[in-house]
Amino acid sequence: MTLASIALLNLRRRKAKAAFVLAGLVIGVSTVVGLISLIETMTQDINHKLEKYGANILVVPRTENLSLSYEGLSLGGVSFETREIPEADLAAIRTIKNAANVAAVGPLVLGVVEVAGQRVLLAGMDFSSARVLKPWWRIGGGPAGSGGRLKGQGSPPGPDGLLLGAEAAGVLGLKPGDKVEIKGRSLTVSGVLEPTGSQDDQLIFSRLALAQQILGKPGQVSMAEVAALCTACPIDEMVEQITKVLPGAKVMAIQQVVRGRMETLGHFRKFAYGVSLIISLVGGLVVLVTMMGSVRERTGEIGVFRAIGFRRSHVMRVVLTEAAIISALAGGLGYLIGLGLSWAALPVFGHGASAAPAVDPLLAGAAMGLALIIGLAASLYPAALAARLDPNQALRAL
Amino acid sequence: MSHLRAENLVKNYGGGSAAVQALAGVSFEVASGEFVAVTGPSGSGKSTILSILGGLNTPSSGRYLVDDIDVYDLSQDRRADFRREFLGFVFQDFHLVPYLTLIENAMLPLATLRLGRRQKRRLAGEALERVGLARLAERRPALVSGGEKERAAIARAVVNRPLILLADEPTGNLDSRTGREVMDLFQSLNREGMTIVMVTHSAEAAASADRRLGISDGRLAEDTAAGPGCPSLVQAAFA
Repeated sequence: MTLASIALLNLRRRKAKAAFVLAGLVIGVSTVVGLISLIETMTQDINHKLEKYGANILVVPRTENLSLSYEGLSLGGVSFETREIPEADLAAIRTIKNAANVAAVGPLVLGVVEVAGQRVLLAGMDFSSARVLKPWWRIGGGPAGSGGRLKGQGSPPGPDGLLLGAEAAGVLGLKPGDKVEIKGRSLTVSGVLEPTGSQDDQLIFSRLALAQQILGKPGQVSMAEVAALCTACPIDEMVEQITKVLPGAKVMAIQQVVRGRMETLGHFRKFAYGVSLIISLVGGLVVLVTMMGSVRERTGEIGVFRAIGFRRSHVMRVVLTEAAIISALAGGLGYLIGLGLSWAALPVFGHGASAAPAVDPLLAGAAMGLALIIGLAASLYPAALAARLDPNQALRAL
Repeated sequence: MSHLRAENLVKNYGGGSAAVQALAGVSFEVASGEFVAVTGPSGSGKSTILSILGGLNTPSSGRYLVDDIDVYDLSQDRRADFRREFLGFVFQDFHLVPYLTLIENAMLPLATLRLGRRQKRRLAGEALERVGLARLAERRPALVSGGEKERAAIARAVVNRPLILLADEPTGNLDSRTGREVMDLFQSLNREGMTIVMVTHSAEAAASADRRLGISDGRLAEDTAAGPGCPSLVQAAFA
């Protein structure tokens, strides 16, 4: 017979009250776990999707001129004829503090060329970074280029090859295998991009070195796209870091989509935490009221304990041990039920989410901790009340 | 050894015009090894005396000393320790904890002690055997008779081998035959050296005691004898 066994035996005797306290805590803990698990799963899913957006930082030459284009409508033809960035300088991007978050750097040289009597924009790029920077690209038709295959995308052009945007191919009347001449160089159309719905549809692409030669910009790039993986990356900080290492360039974050999504999720997160807090408080109140009732019911018993030599702290320990046993049970059950709830709720809240809630030992530990904190905090007052009972009055109350 | 001394004990309940004086200056001494019956009509203050002797009820004035230690000068925790180590209580309505078996009830005073489970069980088993309840050790109180409950309550009171046993109407809920058995048990414990103070209405039970203190209207109306002062185990623990 120990204080713990008294607590355990009392719980067994008062099953209904114990079950009520357990239910209050389980509802609180499972709701918190369910919401957090759901948010984490949705965050992971959005992170995963955001990674597919490709570049989220642009590096362009610094210019004093105002832009003459808006939403793709160009009001002047000089915007690509500005200063360039030395290609070698881009290596500095890999030296920033958050270099580990840089998934790809895609240099791009741009210039207007004439093809089949039409002025068209030629973009020279590093196709090895296209898988990360342009994951939506699909190269259709044509013989395999000599530049290997982009995983799941098709073959990029070889050293003398061209890749045409879908619209450019239509306007120029070119198809894979056709020969074109640009500034005296004979080049082969190695593939046509499937429509992307972006400006890429109107461009023709070649390898960076080839475009630099054709455009007369050796060792120069017009801009660079940077893909920073994971939404938790400090994009603003990374922009600052890249600006520092490339003082001659203007570095911009393409943040609208990221920010919009993350803000929505942030609002949902705040709402979920608010709901969790309220439900935890309600759970705590259930424990408080039930434990108060239990202590009042046991006035005589506590009087006996005190009369036979239990100190106040012994009485408190009996009550708090009961609370701890129920809380620990509620923590475990609440975690499992919460995880189940998040599984059930994901199809409703996370449309098309590819991730699924996973067993998270940290969250399980936090659930246990939360249940113990709520259970013990809510039982502290009833326990103190029990300990303060005047043994003489408690015995007379019998 | 345990020498109890009550000095001019006064106890008032409530305040103002509603105040009730339960004890109006009671003084007496109980020597170590005495068996004392406190008698008197209902409301005379008998139970108040017993609760003060048990360290459960702080007197409004006066002192209560055990082996020259003023019990109400001790802190709450030390007074709890005093009760656990030196006192055994037998309550009028037994006050057994209903969800514990008789042996678990008997083990209750040992719950806070650092003894092994087996040792606690052995001591409780011995106490139950002492009162003739070893065969009912695993029964819950609801499944035994009133006399058996009383015996179980006595087993719980003596499990930690206290120097002083305080009993409130121990035969009040028992038939006369069972009441006599309980008194035989008390006499047996007293012969082993245990000091017993028993509150009772019953003249037959009071006759089992060595000495009778008669209380009337909160005052000591009768004292049939007085015991000698004694050396002290309590003093050693609480001085």
